[in-house]
Amino acid sequence: MLLGRTANGLYWMNRYIERAENMARLIDAGLRMALTRNESDAEEWTSVIMSSGVEAGYRSKHDEFNAANVCDYLLRDIENSSSVLSSIETARMNARMVRTALTRETWESINDAWMSFRRMLSGPLDEREVPKVLDAIKRETAQIRGAFHGTMLRNEIYDFSQLGIFIERADNTARILDVKYYVLLPSISWVGSSMDNYQWESILRSVSAHRSYRWVYDAAYKPTNIAEFLVLSRRMPRSLAFCYRMIDDSLEGLASDYGIRHPSHEMCADMLSKLKAMRIKDVLDEGLHEFLTDVILRTNRLGDQVARDYRFF
Amino acid sequence: MVAFDEMRPEEAGLRNPYSEYDGWLTEQDTARLGQKMKDAENVFRRTGITFAVYGEQNAAERLIPFDIVPRIISGAEWRRLTLGIEQRVQALNAFLEDIYHRQEILRAGRVPKELIAGNVAFLPEMIGLRPPAGVYTHIIGTDIVRTGENDFFVLEDNARTPSGVSYMIENRETMMQLFPELFKRIKVRPVENYPQLLRQSLAAVAPRSADEQPTIAVLTPGSFNSAYFEHAFLADHMGVELVEGHDLRVVDGHVAMRTTEGYKQIDVLYRRVDDDFLDPLSFNPDSVLGVPGIMDVYRAGNITIANAPGTGIADDKAIYSYMPEIVEFYTGRKPILGNIPTWRCSEPDSLAYVLEHLGELVVKEVHGSGGYGMLVGPAASKKERDAFAQKLKARPGNYIAQPTLALSTCPILTDAGLAPRHVDLRPFVLVSDRIRIVPGGLTRVALQPGSLVVNSSQGGGTKDTWVLDD
Repeated sequence: MLLGRTANGLYWMNRYIERAENMARLIDAGLRMALTRNESDAEEWTSVIMSSGVEAGYRSKHDEFNAANVCDYLLRDIENSSSVLSSIETARMNARMVRTALTRETWESINDAWMSFRRMLSGPLDEREVPKVLDAIKRETAQIRGAFHGTMLRNEIYDFSQLGIFIERADNTARILDVKYYVLLPSISWVGSSMDNYQWESILRSVSAHRSYRWVYDAAYKPTNIAEFLVLSRRMPRSLAFCYRMIDDSLEGLASDYGIRHPSHEMCADMLSKLKAMRIKDVLDEGLHEFLTDVILRTNRLGDQVARDYRFF
Repeated sequence: MVAFDEMRPEEAGLRNPYSEYDGWLTEQDTARLGQKMKDAENVFRRTGITFAVYGEQNAAERLIPFDIVPRIISGAEWRRLTLGIEQRVQALNAFLEDIYHRQEILRAGRVPKELIAGNVAFLPEMIGLRPPAGVYTHIIGTDIVRTGENDFFVLEDNARTPSGVSYMIENRETMMQLFPELFKRIKVRPVENYPQLLRQSLAAVAPRSADEQPTIAVLTPGSFNSAYFEHAFLADHMGVELVEGHDLRVVDGHVAMRTTEGYKQIDVLYRRVDDDFLDPLSFNPDSVLGVPGIMDVYRAGNITIANAPGTGIADDKAIYSYMPEIVEFYTGRKPILGNIPTWRCSEPDSLAYVLEHLGELVVKEVHGSGGYGMLVGPAASKKERDAFAQKLKARPGNYIAQPTLALSTCPILTDAGLAPRHVDLRPFVLVSDRIRIVPGGLTRVALQPGSLVVNSSQGGGTKDTWVLDD
């Protein structure tokens, strides 16, 4: 038994920590692209903004898509509720609210991250400092996760936290793919051009999968393999299939603890069985963009349904 | 005005309770101590032991400064203090029971009727209502000041929702982390079992309708409240839920909390929300911090509210001056712990005296707390005193006055070495089927030389308080 408000706090605390980390990865990939290309990098920064789902907010403040503006908006603009600074603020606020449900180690790691992000992001960033800041963000969030997995009891508190992490992550991976889906489509016949290579690597880099890809597939990037890796792989911790397996695990854990199933269980099971049965050819035949739009929509609905089923409010 | 120093009083040299500590201290080098002071601050910052000061922008969360020199009390001193405190809290509960029922003390003319009838801290809703187990104020923080070797006085009886107990525990925790060797050398009585005692205490006053393991919850106004850290700390250490008003609702004649599995009944509510906000149906209708209808459940005897609504009448500053009479009336004995002489400005003679001696007195608002709205005569300018005199004349009944006490001092560590600062003490008392007092309390210390204001909202700090096992 857990207060509905506590379950809600755990869920959002973890969504925002995950979001802060994903934001750092996205920017990292963007910087990399900007470094390795000669032509204008505006396109790349546009897709970074679109993948973060903050396009409208960004356009209302900035006209140009460049490294300085994008980094500032995604890292430290508090008017952007998904910026790293806003995310850690929200995560900590939720953590404070559910403090009694967290181990001391977990709370302290979140509080540490909050203190260090506020210090790092208090003033405008020198572009040369950005890589260091991104490293620090990834390190701090990794530390939170380490403290969390190392010390938290595997009970309902853990389950609601996991739901937050993997619903956020599924949404994030789906968005990154959707913004660049056309790059992966076989019908567009630039295959083999250096342009594609960069783009493909950037997708993998945004989910920190550029190394693990090579462990699973050949060193050469192939669009179908990349799509398969990020959509269907059961081993890749940021793939849609993996995220849904984790979501399902947690929902099933709750069902067996509480002895009751809810509509969210069926929604999740549906999606999971679909992902299990699919081959990447099916996905591409169905239309990658249509498929991803559907995943983003379903993932959102699933989050709302979990909130209803477990009385978050 | 020479203050009594608890470590080295002027006339007597080193006092006994400090002898072991002093021996250790002389072996330390100052650089190491300075480093320990910084370590302590980091511990507090990392664990997020902060409080909020209302009305301050940005500094939404602040640390209460912590000093690493302990305040040490001997076992014998402590025994005497506890006897006095026990007597006092018994009298407080007896007074509350009486004042909301037969009002014998008013009939006997020992406390004036007007003081109750016209008092906003007196809740008519509580008249004739008998709380479960007959206890009104379950958790009390008795503020005690010292002026000499044997002179202890009660400054305030905090019988509503006293705070600070989490600092008592965290201060000890920090000291044990910083100076483990000291605790091997000196036998200090433990305070960290307070949350367990609190839980036992609350369970012991559960309503009859509760089962053997009553469900307890801590009610907080929310994470923006200045004492939120403490609310979370206590819920956590007791292993009970920390709830907010909107988590609760009345279901089938009981107060229940909304959980991931539906509504679950609560038997005992340790509330850290003021009376006014407790039930919008009975009190402030705009409150969103409370539970609509909780007073009906309370009247039906289906929930214990700790502390009971309306306990404020017992720690009201206007009532304070009658505490010696109150203690004697209900316990049949003279108070073991004295009161500070108090002038009630509502009385014309007293008012005249206070106005004439404003430069020597501390004048307090009857309903104020936290050091706000008070005048410390000797520290105030002529202009401030004149302005205050106008307020006094306009509403004399709103004020009491007390002499400026030479509060005892304890050394703190400053950049220039040890230096004496004024302190007070808040031991925490639990009342249920019996009275429990953890050996220790919160020592608050004024950080400015000569300052008498120890309130954390006014820049005061805290110290670990040691009661020796001797």
